[in-house]
Order: sequence, then structure tokens, then C-alpha cells
Amino acid sequence: MTLLYFAWVRQKLGTGEEKILLPDEVRTVSELASHLHARGGAFADVFSDLKRLRAAVNQEHVSWDASVRTGDEVAFFPPVTGG
Amino acid sequence: MSTRISIQRVDFDLSSEVTALKTSAVGAIVIFTGTVRGDDGLSSLILEHYPGMTEREIARHVEEANGRWPLLGVTVIHRIGKLTTGENIVLVGVASAHRQAAFEAAEFLMDYLKTRAPFWKSEERHGSARWVEARGSDDAALSRWRRAD
Repeated sequence: MTLLYFAWVRQKLGTGEEKILLPDEVRTVSELASHLHARGGAFADVFSDLKRLRAAVNQEHVSWDASVRTGDEVAFFPPVTGG
Repeated sequence: MSTRISIQRVDFDLSSEVTALKTSAVGAIVIFTGTVRGDDGLSSLILEHYPGMTEREIARHVEEANGRWPLLGVTVIHRIGKLTTGENIVLVGVASAHRQAAFEAAEFLMDYLKTRAPFWKSEERHGSARWVEARGSDDAALSRWRRAD
């Protein structure tokens, strides 16, 4: 699975992209966020309040209860501010 | 309907974008451009985006606009990278036979760009950078396009 981070999420984590093996027990985007939160450090900080974050699976906006599968591209980012 | 979507570092030229939208059936062209506002000592912006998702998200909304209004052409250009005060950021151009469809579709596309397209702005003031927070008024602008069905 590919994880992508943008804007302050990327800056706080110090990386924009990583590959991980999806643990069996992680089935949704919010479970993935909890899994990343458990890493501690900057990850605990970024994933402590999901209200500040948005997520996309395979380049589509999703809600936190959306499912994730091996091979998915999952992105975490703040609410968008373009235009 | 012709569609042009471009995410680019370089500036765009308004008159050539208008010309590109002009075909014999077109009677109305609405162009919106957003520029970098120099308020509160802002010196520059850095725009970041999610390559791939950005283009798909914009294309989806162009398709939706095309389903709602009788459009003949749509151009969406969004710049990325470092932009200084007064520079162009975004262009939405809509061509239709009549003005109402062109005005409405341009507004619809801008409201969606503001709230759904994965771009993020970092503002630089007096040498320090800060990520821009999303505004509730942009979500409110979007909600008026939601259909009851």
C-alpha cells in the first residue's frame, strides 16, 4: 500500500510518501489512521485529531469509514485551500 | 464540449484562452481569474497539489457542469509553485450559447475547485510561512449547488 501526505501533514511527518504492508486488522481509513497514530512521535501528533484531516483512497475523497485494501493509494491531507 | 485542464507553473494568457473557447456556436464566454491578494503583508504563496487526483477531480466536476448546463467549452487552469502578489493563480473559462449557463457553470466550477480540488496554499509574510486554513464560507458556497435528489 502507498501512503501519501500533503501540506502540513507532509511537513510534520518529514515525508510525502511511503510504502507499507497493510496489517490484517486494518480495514478502514480510520483504522489505518489509528495504526499510524500508534507509531508515536510526529505520527501521534498528526493523527491525534482526525477533524483536522481529510483522506482519499485511490485519488477519490472518502469518509473515515471507507474500506482500504492492499495495493490502495491512500492520502492524508488538511482541508483543501486552492482556487 | 471541448475541455482543457492544465496544472502548470507558468502563467496563462487571458486573451488566448478566450480565443481558444470561441467557436461558431458560442455566444457567451465567462472567464474567472483568481490572483494573489497582497493583504496583511503577504509577499508570496506556495501552491502544492496532489498530482493525478487533482486532474481527475477537476475532470469529474467539469463533467458534472456539462450535465447541468448546455456547455460548449470549459477551460480550467490552476498554477502551482511559488506565486507573488498580483500574479494569476487560477482561470476558469466557460463557453456556451447564452450567458446564464456560462455564468452559472463558471461559479459552480470555482466553488468546487475551492472545496474539492486537492490544492494547498502556504502563505509567506515577513519571511515566515504558514499553511492557509480552509474557510467555512467556501463550504457554504458549495452547498447551494447540492441537489435535493
